[in-house]
Amino acid sequence: MENKVNSGSTDAPVCASNDKSINKVDLKGTDEGVCATDNNFVCVVENLTKKFGSFTAVDSISFSVKKGEIFGFLGANGAGKTTAMKILCGLSKPTSGKVMVAGYDVYKDAEKIKKNIGYMSQKFSLYEDLTVLENISLFSGIYGLTDKQIKEKSEYLVNKLELEKVKNTLLKSLPLGWKQKLAFSVAIIHDPDIVFLDEPTGGVDPITRRQFWELIYEAADRGVTVFVTTHYMDESEYCNRVSMMTAGKIAALGTPAELKKEYKAKNMDEVFVKIARG
Amino acid sequence: MRKFYGFVIKEFLHIFRDKRTLIILFGMPVVQILLFGFAITNEIKDANIAILDLSKDATTQKITNKILSSKYFLLYQNLNTYDEIEKVFRTGKIKEVVIFEQKFEEQMKKTGKANVQIIVDAADPNTGNTILNYTTAIINNFVREYNPTSNIPYFIDIQSRLRYNPELKGVFLFVPGLIAIILMLVSAMMSSISLTKEKETGTMEVLLVSPVKPAQVIIAKVIPYSLLSFINAVTILLLGKFVFGVPIVGNLPFLLSEVILFILTSLSLGIFISTVTSSQQVALMISLVGLMLPTILLSGFIYPIENMPLFLQIISNILPARWFLIILRDVMLKGSDITYVWKETLILFGFLLFFIGLSVKNYKVRL
Amino acid sequence: MIRVIKFLIIKEFKQIFRNKSMLPLIFMMPLLQLLILANAATFEIKNLNIVIIDKDQTSLSRNIAGKFKGSKYFNIVGYTFNQKTAEREIQNRHADLYIEIPNNFERDLIREQTNKILVVVNAIDGAKGSISNFYVQNIINDVNKEIAEKYLIQSNTLVAADFKQIDLNYSFWYNPDLNYKTFMVPGILVLLVTLIGTFLSSMNIVREKEIGTLESINVTPINKIQFIIGKQTPIWIIGMFELVFGLTLAELVYHIPFLGSPVVLFTFGALYLSLALGVGLLISTVTETQQQAMFFTWFFMMLFILLGGLFTAIENMPAWAQTITLFNPIRYFIEVVRLVMLKGAGFADVKNHLIVISIMSVVINGLAVFRYRKTT
Repeated sequence: MENKVNSGSTDAPVCASNDKSINKVDLKGTDEGVCATDNNFVCVVENLTKKFGSFTAVDSISFSVKKGEIFGFLGANGAGKTTAMKILCGLSKPTSGKVMVAGYDVYKDAEKIKKNIGYMSQKFSLYEDLTVLENISLFSGIYGLTDKQIKEKSEYLVNKLELEKVKNTLLKSLPLGWKQKLAFSVAIIHDPDIVFLDEPTGGVDPITRRQFWELIYEAADRGVTVFVTTHYMDESEYCNRVSMMTAGKIAALGTPAELKKEYKAKNMDEVFVKIARG
Repeated sequence: MRKFYGFVIKEFLHIFRDKRTLIILFGMPVVQILLFGFAITNEIKDANIAILDLSKDATTQKITNKILSSKYFLLYQNLNTYDEIEKVFRTGKIKEVVIFEQKFEEQMKKTGKANVQIIVDAADPNTGNTILNYTTAIINNFVREYNPTSNIPYFIDIQSRLRYNPELKGVFLFVPGLIAIILMLVSAMMSSISLTKEKETGTMEVLLVSPVKPAQVIIAKVIPYSLLSFINAVTILLLGKFVFGVPIVGNLPFLLSEVILFILTSLSLGIFISTVTSSQQVALMISLVGLMLPTILLSGFIYPIENMPLFLQIISNILPARWFLIILRDVMLKGSDITYVWKETLILFGFLLFFIGLSVKNYKVRL
Repeated sequence: MIRVIKFLIIKEFKQIFRNKSMLPLIFMMPLLQLLILANAATFEIKNLNIVIIDKDQTSLSRNIAGKFKGSKYFNIVGYTFNQKTAEREIQNRHADLYIEIPNNFERDLIREQTNKILVVVNAIDGAKGSISNFYVQNIINDVNKEIAEKYLIQSNTLVAADFKQIDLNYSFWYNPDLNYKTFMVPGILVLLVTLIGTFLSSMNIVREKEIGTLESINVTPINKIQFIIGKQTPIWIIGMFELVFGLTLAELVYHIPFLGSPVVLFTFGALYLSLALGVGLLISTVTETQQQAMFFTWFFMMLFILLGGLFTAIENMPAWAQTITLFNPIRYFIEVVRLVMLKGAGFADVKNHLIVISIMSVVINGLAVFRYRKTT
């Protein structure tokens, strides 16, 4: 079982996978076969590098994310997590390396990717001067939901998130926790294959954090793959697998249990500290 | 004190790292003064006119030549009938039609009077009026020369002295105006944006909980912008002098201190604007859309205030730029000293204190 | 496709109308400025303050002084015998000019057959200075004419026909009352609409960039054209509204003639607005912050406005500057406004203007769309 992936590794396509039979499959128009087994991977990254001038933010990282898994992308601030995530979302172009998301090549089909992904940024970025319902309606409309679907979705979400009383209130008057939950729901409003969450629980109280993760589990159960970055190490325990980035490289990759065993740590905090210390 | 110094440095760094804004800040005045010095003018030159000469005799020819040989007019077209007048005006290419009646010279010899009709396109009344005046002056001159002196017992002439601007250069009027407008707009804009931006990004709160007093924060912001605006002003003055010959007759240090006073006043206006809104966008709209046109139109930059209706003259009084313009023109072009501009200087001071006072009051209330 | 745009437009309008501080700035302020500022612009020179130095004190000199008193152009603010005093009055702005009739003026005039009156004018404002000079010359011409006519009557040898005069009639077309508002109001409206349109559109997208919501949009499958149209359309609508409303208001308040067809004017306005917005959009693609966007916009607006032919005529500019104005959209709109409103021009007459603006709009908007990137 290959679980640990070092940065700057081999020429052969690297797949971190439990499945031993790895086939090269041509995916939807790409010539270079990117490693995948049928439809098991929603995201495959190979030697992804992003440079800003002479500064290398992401240094040749490789990993894959399986369908339906909750994949944690850990690391200190400035390690390169957000940069990597933006590339996966099609918000930023890679300097080099292969990236496949939701079956599409990020170089050629960035726009097609966007139909199948959701994204929640670190900085809260729904429209503060619109109401709950208006935000839902706007993004649903952009993703192509019909009027009937929008109505149904709106009712469903408002109920589920307990925002019934504030559905016509401007977002700027709502507490952060409620806004974050709404932002997550809006990110998956179109039932994407994979949703990217950048530090979704930053600045939120523990109860709301727990509720948030419940939402994440629900989505994962429905088959949505969740790619989440965080620097709360305890949250990494909630993930199926995690990778840890330091200084632009992936320093560790595996399930929480595997990593704790490997680094002889009691919890993920310790794992992180040990890795960070080098 | 060291903290304060630190703040000033921070402000400088903000400014100098924003290359795009910097280019505009310094490039804009240069481009403007070059353009306006060379391009903008109220003086008529090479205005296209048409002539309808129904007589075509030696006298009308002389008059026509006199008109066309002046630097003011150029012949666009010779017309043959009255009907053509409307058509040629509609092309928008000519400003005036001069019409000589039939048998002009004959009339002149027989009765001593002959008729010339001038039709002016007054869609732009300023130009129209000026063109009429010049044409009339030329024709009057002709009449004077045409009359043999033996028929006149004596004759009064005038000797003109054109003070402060003997060559009647348009830049003399515009350069001081440009300085005033640019200083006012840039200073007000920059200070209002700088403060609202900190409010919007939340860094303002950080500043306010630091041991540095609000007044110090504000002053720290004002200092770099004062310097920038001052450099701008000096640039324009130098360009004005060396490229266009706009003199600085008055005392230079005195002039520069008045400039600094105005810069501070404009900055305080910007600060005041920033206390009434926490949105950059609003601050910008107020500074720009709110200040630009009124300052251009009511400060005396192009249009003389004395000619405006009373209520506008009153409004003009609340524009600091209006007072500064008086000071600037008087000191630069007339060489006036403080005894001539003390009233205006005092008014500027008043504005400065007023804006600062209001700002301080608002600041305490808001935060 | 259109549906998505519709959602965006609704969002934009909601945001605009919820922004309580911006609303008065977008709507009330321009209209207020339009009504008030239109009264400012006039070059009609009257009320020239004049000081008279009459050292001669003869009936002739008093006649001359009297003519100044009676003239509608001049306002006598003082009499003095001291030239220094008069100079000071000019320096402290109490007087615009002074004239000096020297000692023994009448006597020397008769003896030498000619004599001079000194006229000293504040010429900082060159146009005003030369007009002042011209009015003085007119008065002296009148005096000379009187002298000649008197001589004629007394003479035995001369007849009327010996004294040559030109009978000068003049008329002003298209604006017979020299109503400056007729000229300025539509012009100021054009400037205001341009200012607002370009500012709003230049800050529009940059603002979302700064606060972060642009990312939320860029991550959706929306294509950039849909997004741009969605963002710009509301501003365009607001601009058109201001144009129409402003013009109507101006008609009601100032009774400006409107000889031509509103359809022509508004068609041009619609095209022009798309260009103005395009310029704003282009600026927003080269700037990162609202502050930068605003500065760039301001830079171009100042240039366009002052070279637009409203405050100073384009014909007065040197050839190279006139060429530059060929790229200035404001110039075209001001011309069209004048041609249509004051001269009744129709589509055929402004066809060139329409073509130029259309081409400019396509180029600028095209460039802006090309530069806009959802992925950086």
